[in-house]
Amino acid sequence: MSRQVGRKRLAPQQGEVIDRRTSFEFSFNGKTYAAHPGDTIVSALAADGERVFSRSFKYHRPRGLLTASFHDPGCMVQVGDEPNVRGAHRLAEPGMAVSSQNTWPSLKFDVKAINRFAGRFLTAGFYYKTFMKPEFLWPTYQKVLRQFVHAGEISPDTPHDYYDKRYAHPDVLIAGGGPAGMSAALAAARAGASVMLVEEEHQLGGHLRWTNPGAAAELTAEVAATDGIEVLTNSVVLGRYDQNWIAVAQRDLSHVRERLIKARARTLVVAGGLIERPYVFAGNDTPGVMLSTAVRRLINLHAVKPGERAVVLTANESGDAAIADLERAGVEVAHVADARTGEDVVRVHGRKDVRAVELTGGRRVNADLLVTATGWTAPTSLLNMAGDVPVYSPKAARFLPGGTADDTVLATGGIAGDGSLDQLCEHAEAIGAEAARRAANHRYHQLAAVPTRNDGKLSKPKGTAATLPELGVRQHPELFRASTHGIVDYSEDVSSKDLHLAVAEGYDSAELAKRFTTATMGPIQGKLETINAIATIAEATGKTIAETGTTTWRPMYTPVSLGALAGRIFEPVRYSPMQRWHEQHNATPLVAGQWIRPDHYGDPAAEVRNVRENVGIIDVTPIGKLDLQGADVPKLLNLLYVNKWSKLGIGRVRYGVMCAEDGVVMDDGVTGRLGEDHYLMSTTSSGAARVWEWVENWLQTEHPDWQVHVTPVTTAYASINVAGPKSRELVSRLTEGVDLSAEGFGYMQVRTGRVAGVDDCVLWRIGFTGELSYELHVPASYGLHVWEALLEHGRDLGVRPFGVEGQRILRLEKGHLIVGQDTDGLTKAWSAGIDWAIKLDKDDFVGKPELVWQKENGDGARLVGIQPVDRDVVPPEASQLVTSRGTIVGRITSSRMSPTLGRSICLGQVDAELAKPGTLLTVHLPNGSKVAARVTEHHAHVDPEGTRQNIDTPPSQPRPHATPVARSPIAPGTKTTTIASWQVDARRSSAGLRLTDHTLLAKVGVRGRHDGAIAEALGTSYGRTIRDNGSAVVVGSGPGEWLVLGSPGGQDKLLSRMRDLVENTGEFGTVIDQTHGRALLKISGEEAADLLAKVCGVELSDAATPDGAALRTSVARLVTDVIRLDDNGVPAYFLHCERSSGQYLFDALLDAGAEFGIEVDGTPAAPTL
Amino acid sequence: MIQLPCPWCGPRNASEFTHHGEVTSRPDVGTATPEEWRRYLYFRQNANGWVDENWYHTAGCRRFIRVRRHTLSNETEAAR
Ligand SMILES: [Zn+2]
Repeated sequence: MSRQVGRKRLAPQQGEVIDRRTSFEFSFNGKTYAAHPGDTIVSALAADGERVFSRSFKYHRPRGLLTASFHDPGCMVQVGDEPNVRGAHRLAEPGMAVSSQNTWPSLKFDVKAINRFAGRFLTAGFYYKTFMKPEFLWPTYQKVLRQFVHAGEISPDTPHDYYDKRYAHPDVLIAGGGPAGMSAALAAARAGASVMLVEEEHQLGGHLRWTNPGAAAELTAEVAATDGIEVLTNSVVLGRYDQNWIAVAQRDLSHVRERLIKARARTLVVAGGLIERPYVFAGNDTPGVMLSTAVRRLINLHAVKPGERAVVLTANESGDAAIADLERAGVEVAHVADARTGEDVVRVHGRKDVRAVELTGGRRVNADLLVTATGWTAPTSLLNMAGDVPVYSPKAARFLPGGTADDTVLATGGIAGDGSLDQLCEHAEAIGAEAARRAANHRYHQLAAVPTRNDGKLSKPKGTAATLPELGVRQHPELFRASTHGIVDYSEDVSSKDLHLAVAEGYDSAELAKRFTTATMGPIQGKLETINAIATIAEATGKTIAETGTTTWRPMYTPVSLGALAGRIFEPVRYSPMQRWHEQHNATPLVAGQWIRPDHYGDPAAEVRNVRENVGIIDVTPIGKLDLQGADVPKLLNLLYVNKWSKLGIGRVRYGVMCAEDGVVMDDGVTGRLGEDHYLMSTTSSGAARVWEWVENWLQTEHPDWQVHVTPVTTAYASINVAGPKSRELVSRLTEGVDLSAEGFGYMQVRTGRVAGVDDCVLWRIGFTGELSYELHVPASYGLHVWEALLEHGRDLGVRPFGVEGQRILRLEKGHLIVGQDTDGLTKAWSAGIDWAIKLDKDDFVGKPELVWQKENGDGARLVGIQPVDRDVVPPEASQLVTSRGTIVGRITSSRMSPTLGRSICLGQVDAELAKPGTLLTVHLPNGSKVAARVTEHHAHVDPEGTRQNIDTPPSQPRPHATPVARSPIAPGTKTTTIASWQVDARRSSAGLRLTDHTLLAKVGVRGRHDGAIAEALGTSYGRTIRDNGSAVVVGSGPGEWLVLGSPGGQDKLLSRMRDLVENTGEFGTVIDQTHGRALLKISGEEAADLLAKVCGVELSDAATPDGAALRTSVARLVTDVIRLDDNGVPAYFLHCERSSGQYLFDALLDAGAEFGIEVDGTPAAPTL
Repeated sequence: MIQLPCPWCGPRNASEFTHHGEVTSRPDVGTATPEEWRRYLYFRQNANGWVDENWYHTAGCRRFIRVRRHTLSNETEAAR
């Protein structure tokens, strides 16, 4: 049984959007109201006779319903914690707590007093005038103005809402779902285009919903029945940027309040219709003054009677139709003022409500409603953003598109011109078809450029450019302002008088007057007020409207929440294979770039002492590691490092420093020679990505002829530094195949061997801490196994872990610099205290000229060891070094209390003339006091002679140890099983969309020429994947780069098979095991591409990215290989990324997939591809 | 956001690339005067018009590519 709510509710209307079968309650300013589903907040309130919804911004005048649409300036309300809700658009919901904004002191308060008071200084330009002199009055101004602050309240306790985003690649994006937008969508879809149809309101139909509900329903049904049209209602196109990069706010979702869609549309069709403009006269903002479209919406969509006795000012058919609607709704039409015959209104009487309307000649008609129909504004903003300049048509009395927009942007419907419904639809169909044709051309060129398509031939689209039809315009009176002044900009409370004043004060162009008065700069952003503002400025300057021109429309078209713009926050995080162990052992986390590292485990000083006395282990996995192979690696090293590399023997390691071309120190690290043409370079943790790019830059742009292949292997290895006098004893208990004796494996040497049962470990004997130490690089999946074995087998030796802080103390005691800490963006190599490494007798190296000149000039600071005279004072890092007269001569770059020496120690940069050992310096502490400090002889404070690392205890015999367990970076669930020594998740899911960890698959990387013999032997190249005859899958993962995937545990066989393949070609190539260096995930299910479209901006359509496609792109801001390998017709994607970010990617995919019901499916017993 | 025409990957969003600035040429290290060298380090045309730029496809093929770009209109063409 239908029940209707609201005293002003009408009998059922043909086009109504409310559901009378049910109703619910919500509150407005504490009072309870009823609403039907489909009611907006304001339509429900109006149905109960409410007329005042807010107070205006400056003068705090009562404001009511004007447009009954999203853009109704007086209907902005607060809903719970959410301010600035468009009350005439947002649907009422059960239990919603709505309150009005701008209600100081209260919604019902008589505002005469305030008006009198405020009017004195809230005139045009009040922002600028108010904040002038006298300065002593500023606090008073502030106090008063704060009372005027509008726009609702933000609660600091509001929880963060969940927002997300999505990418889209429609052929044709249509802004506006009225008759023209729908007709264009139908024509485009029928021409084979994929269409995204975006409508701001809750239903398609546009003005047909109240002018011709039958036609609206018919077109809407046709759109729904046509394939290839994605309809987004309650969504809005916010902006159009270069190359049709289009922002859409989608609000019709259940799981998220607002979603930003980033669409790359091949063609954009602007079909935003027309917006009815208000009329300017005295009292035009009084509640009860409404536009003709507003009363037609109220009556036809919401069955609300807008008043009891009306005066109608009409200049067009919308006004005429409103009269018929009013009469049908039982509103008495007391007078019709027909502007086409010269009739006009002068003012309305009444403060909170219209009481009477004064007509030309002084006649006064009692009425509670004044309806105006004085013309239209074309919302051309999307066209303007595409380069168009609208042109004023005096005939149509509105601006029209200038026709100069980018040729990927077309317009139809009311924006483009006038016509009957049939004429508009016919025009829109022609535009839609042309949009589809242009999109097809564009798509053809795009597809031709991507390497991921399958071999199917791409056919050039047929169809020739159509001559675009034109819509004419109808005659409309130029009607903007009556004989009185009134409000032009309702949101900013700017009147036509203010604009006249602005012009009188010299702001005589539209752009100046706009800024001075803030007209068109409020929440409505000019959609209602621009043309009236321009007409008023034209009137005041004596120019025509065409001469005055329009102001510039910029994005956003409507306000959007910051949450929607932020979307999901994707911040890739990297973990070492031992991170979970660190967490379980109470490590204090340290955020170092993307890495989360253990800073210490409770007592860094004790960790330091244990390294000096016994043995400690530290997780140094983030150290950058680059695998370098090829005959020309020495040339590369000689070019990039300041020191010499030609004579580095196999098994040897050397420290090197890299500078940029300006001679400034960029990175440092050790590089070891593993084989004839095989080197492993280490970089700083933070510099790993930069150095890789740097190396590629020199190789690709300056020396493409050199035979060098660079492969980042940072996370292919878990890196563990074992340091301390007992480190040889500990390492030798677990190592096989390496002579660890002092003679057999000397300082600055490198070996490969088996550690704790794990093959292919790289061992460096180097010493950042100054102790005897071994840096173990272990295939990453076994990192935790080796870490735990070291702790277990070193228990009697007193082994304990140490963190980054302990390492920083140890290295400072030893005087090793940290690039970026002890150097900065101006520190040239001679200033870094590494004179011994700089070899100016090399013909060339990066930055050499600057270093030649620095040496000649002797300029710049010097890095020196420094010890405060007072051994208990630790000057904070960045403390300045000053002369007695206060001149700055340097700064402390590193400082700590040394647990070994029991005194404070520092490194610092000082002017060259003060760098002599023994020089007394003054340190200016942050608290203002000064302490004395002395330059030391060496950088090293502990063991400057370097004898500690020469300890020559004999190695021990290997001991039995636990069987190695390989672990994926993705934490398995509680139920696990073992496949080929891998511990894997044993969960089972049959959900429609599933995420599975496939990291255990064998992964081998191959490099060669992109078009050479290796490419031919592998049978594919960048962009495509094939199954080879040995049951492996060969992925063309980059230009001259392949990823070969095989079954779990099969990497050794695969490796040798690929090495043979490369060798047989005779071409220079490299083959590297990536099994442990990468994570591999699989998403499968019909909605897999929809999920990926939320985290990945690349088009995943079947045309661009079919089965077998391989590409590399950014997924949730992480560089990821995306490989499409369908499962018997069900879409499936493998995602391949650096191991350390595997868990991050896994979590991001689960988050993005939640709306599709994604589930984790454990690794299958026999994973196949 | 504009797209750049990667000759390897096809058109991709500019956010996948690292901008390496205008194409420069490295003077002979043996003979360069300080002025020549610093011109190479710091001076750029900064034209209002077509410029040749180096871009690195960081989140894609990881190739350095050369792109001709109009700095006013953002029109691009691959110039590998
Ligand atoms: Zn690329």
